[in-house]
Amino acid sequence: MTQRNRVLQLIVNNSTVVLFIVVFVVFGLSSPRFFEPDSVINNIIKQSAYTGITAIGMTFVLLTAGIDLSVGSNMYLSSVIAGLLMRSTGMEVLPALLVAVGVGMLYGAFNAFCIVKLKIIPFMVTLGTLVIGRGLGTALTESKQIDFPERMLQFGQTPVLGLPMPVIVLLVVLVIAFVVLTRTSIGRQIYAVGNDIEAAKKAGINTDRVITLVYVFSGFCAGLAGFILISQIGRLDRAFAEGREFDAIAASVLGGTSLFGGKGSIIGAVVGALLTQMVQAGLVFNNVNLYLQPMVRAFIIFIAVFFDSLREANLERLKRRYIRPLSSSAEHTKSPNV
Amino acid sequence: MQPVLETRNLSKSFYGIAAVTDVSISIQPGQILGLIGQNGAGKSTLMNLIGGVIQPDSGGMFLYGKPYQPANPAAANRHRIAFIHQELNLFTNMTIAENIFIQGFPTIRYGPFRFVDWAIVKEKTRAVLDEVGLKLSPDTVVDRISPGERQLVEIARALFMDAALIIFDEPTTSLTARETENLFTLMRRLREGGKSIIYISHILKDILHLADSVAIMRDGALVTQEEASAFDINRMISLMVGRTIDNLYPPRTSGPTTTPLMVLDGVSAAGLVENVSFTLHEGEVLGLFGLMGAGRTELARIIFGLDSLEQGHIEINGKRLARQNARDSIRSQLAFVTENRREEGLLMNINISDNTALVNLPHYGRSLLGSIDSGRMISDTQAIVNALQLKSGDIRVQTVKALSGGNQQKVVMAKWLLTQPRVFILDEPTRGIDVGAKYEIYSIIDQLAASGSGVLFISSELEELTGMCDRILVMSRGEIFGEFSRGNYDEESILRAAFHQEEVPAELAHPVEVSTP
Repeated sequence: MTQRNRVLQLIVNNSTVVLFIVVFVVFGLSSPRFFEPDSVINNIIKQSAYTGITAIGMTFVLLTAGIDLSVGSNMYLSSVIAGLLMRSTGMEVLPALLVAVGVGMLYGAFNAFCIVKLKIIPFMVTLGTLVIGRGLGTALTESKQIDFPERMLQFGQTPVLGLPMPVIVLLVVLVIAFVVLTRTSIGRQIYAVGNDIEAAKKAGINTDRVITLVYVFSGFCAGLAGFILISQIGRLDRAFAEGREFDAIAASVLGGTSLFGGKGSIIGAVVGALLTQMVQAGLVFNNVNLYLQPMVRAFIIFIAVFFDSLREANLERLKRRYIRPLSSSAEHTKSPNV
Repeated sequence: MQPVLETRNLSKSFYGIAAVTDVSISIQPGQILGLIGQNGAGKSTLMNLIGGVIQPDSGGMFLYGKPYQPANPAAANRHRIAFIHQELNLFTNMTIAENIFIQGFPTIRYGPFRFVDWAIVKEKTRAVLDEVGLKLSPDTVVDRISPGERQLVEIARALFMDAALIIFDEPTTSLTARETENLFTLMRRLREGGKSIIYISHILKDILHLADSVAIMRDGALVTQEEASAFDINRMISLMVGRTIDNLYPPRTSGPTTTPLMVLDGVSAAGLVENVSFTLHEGEVLGLFGLMGAGRTELARIIFGLDSLEQGHIEINGKRLARQNARDSIRSQLAFVTENRREEGLLMNINISDNTALVNLPHYGRSLLGSIDSGRMISDTQAIVNALQLKSGDIRVQTVKALSGGNQQKVVMAKWLLTQPRVFILDEPTRGIDVGAKYEIYSIIDQLAASGSGVLFISSELEELTGMCDRILVMSRGEIFGEFSRGNYDEESILRAAFHQEEVPAELAHPVEVSTP
C-alpha cells in the first residue's frame, strides 16, 4: 500500500472526526470569534447537550435494531407535566426534575410494553406514541404556553464546577451510558440482541428485559434532556422539541451507529451531536442565509454517511477471500485447452 | 452403564402432522452417537426436543436416569447439554470472548454495582480456545474469522459451560477438508475426555468413521439403534430409505455433442482464477471438481458476471460476451444455481410461486405498464413445479422456508428452468439434501443435457461427478489442473490433481462421499 493510500485509509476510517476538525477549522478561519473558548463551550458544547443526551438514549435503542421516534414528544410531555406541577403546587426544581425523568421513563416503558408484549414493531409503536404524547401534552396545557417560575431559570443558569449545567448533565449521562455499555453484562447483551435476536434467545438472554431497558433508558434521556432544555429558556410551547428525534438519530448515525443494530458507540453519538451543533453554530456565525442553513446541515450529514458507506465497502474488500497469491508472476502450468 | 441421556417414547407433532413418533434412543458417556435419516425424517425435531427449543407432546427424557424437561435452550445448557446448530449462533459483531461469556459475565462488585471482569473473561477464553486448538486472540471479532473457526468457537462455548453432551447438527457442511479433519480429531478427543456427542450428518462415511453407535430415523420414527460395527453404507441407505436403492444415479439418456456452446479462453482474475480455458458442448454435463477454496465458485461467479474478469474472454454460441452483469447473463441464457440456497438462491419468506417466477418476471409483464399477468405466471410456475414433483401445499401461499432442503433446491432449479437456459451452472446442487432428493436433482440434470443444454456441475463429492458427468475438470488454487473423460475416471488421479500433485493423505480424501453399492 502506498503512503497516499494509507493516509486516505486513515481519513476514511475516521471520517466523522476528520469532518469534525475540517468543519471546525473552516468556520473558525472565516469567523475568528468561533474559536474563542467561551464560544466553543456556550455555542457548541452547551447547545449540543440536549441532542447529545437524546442521542445517547437513541444509540441504546438503535443498538438493538429498534428505533424511538417518540423522543421529541416525550421531551414535551414530561416537561409539561413537571411544569404544571411546579405551577400548581409550587414544587421545587429538583423534585420537578425527578417527575420529568419519571414521566419520561414511564413513556419509554409504555413503548417497551407495546413492543415486547403486544409484539408491534418499534417503528409503528413509537410513531403512534409520538402522536399520543404530543396530543396528551396539548390537551393538558390546552395548547397554551407554560411559563416556568424564576427558580427554574436560576437552576439552569447556575454553573457547576465552572461549566454550564447542561454540559455537566451530558457528561454524567455519557459516563453512565459508556460504563453500562462496555463494562456490564447487560450492556454487552444489548449488542448481542441487535446482532441476532433469535441467537440471543437461544443463548439464554432475556431479550424482553434488554429491549425494555433500552426504551426506558431512551425515555429517561428524553425526560432529562427536555427538562434541562427548559431550564435554559424558562418556557414551553406547543411546538417544543418537535422533530428532536431526528436530530438524535442523525447524531447517533453520524457517530457510526448502524440502523440495523449491533454496531455503534456512545462516544460516537456524542461526537455526532457536537458535529451537527457545530455546523449549526458555524452557519449562524458566518451569517449564512437562514433558509439555506438546513440544506447545508443536511449536506454535511450526507457527506459523513457517505464516508461511512465507503468505509464499509472498504472493509468488505479487505474481507474478500483470495485463493492464490495476487501477483500473477507466479509460475503456473498452462491449463489444458479443450 | 447409566446412559447420559435417554428418550422414552418421545412424540411431537406440529398442527396434527407427526414429526417425531415414539422415539426411544440412548447415549452412553464417552460415546459418539451418529444420527442419520433423510431430510424430514425428524432428526432436527428430535434434537430440538433434547435441546429445549421445543417441548414434547408425550414421552419423556432422562438425564442420568432423572427426568429431564428443558423449558428453553438455556435450561438445556444448565443441564450441561450444548447444541451446535447447523447455522451457527454466534454474534458476528462481538469478540470471541464475549460470545463465549454472553450468558453471564464474571463480575467484580464495586458497592452496589457489578462490572464485567475482563481480565478473567480473557484468561478463561484463552484456556478454552487452547483446548479446541484455536490460535486466535480472545479479542478477535467473530465477523473476521472463517466458518471453521466459528465452529470451534461454538465448541469452545460448549466446553466452557462444561457440557456433558454436545449435539452437532451437520457441522461439516461449510468446512474445508482440513477443518473437517481437525473437527473430527477434536471430537475424538472430547470422547476420550468422557464427553458424549450426538453427531448428525448426511455423509455416511463420516458416521462410520466416527460413531460408536448409530441411530437411523425414517418418517419421524426410529428405525433402529445399533453398534456402528453392525452397519455398512448400503445397509444404512436401505434403512434410511426403507427400500434398497439399486442406483444412486439415473442412467444418462443422451451423450454430449461436439457443438461448442460455451468457450472460456484464458479467463483470469487476480487472486481468484488464473488462465482458465475450456469448452462446454451442447448436451454435455461437465463436472468441475476441486477442494473447498479451489476457486470453483469464484470461476462460476465470473462466468455469470457477478465478479469481473480481468483477462481472457467467454463466448456463448460463438458470440463473445461483452463485459457483463447478471442481467446480461440471463439474457444470454445462462443460469446459475448458487451453492448457498438459503442466502443467495431463495427469498425464504416469500411463497413458492413468486420465488419460481422471480428471474422470469419480465416475461409476465403485460405491454405498456408492465403489470404482471398473474394468471399466466401462476399456471407456468405450477406447471414447472409439478414437472419437478415438488411436494408442497398451495404454491401461492406456502413459503419456501417451510420446505425441506431437497424441495427448496427444486424451487431454485424451477426458477432457472423457466428461463429455458442453454448453459446451466450448478454449484453444489446436492449439498445437504437427502439421497432421494439427490436422485431427482440428477434426473433433472440428465434431462437438461438431453434437451441440448450444457451443464457445468460443480461439486466436492467426486462420486456424484463420476456418476453423472461426461467429463470432469479439476481445479486447484484457481487453476485447472486436470481433465478426465468418462471411461477413465480414476478417483486417485482425480484427487491427486485436486491436491495439486501432492500425495493424497488418506484422511483427507474426505470429499468423496457414499461409495456406490
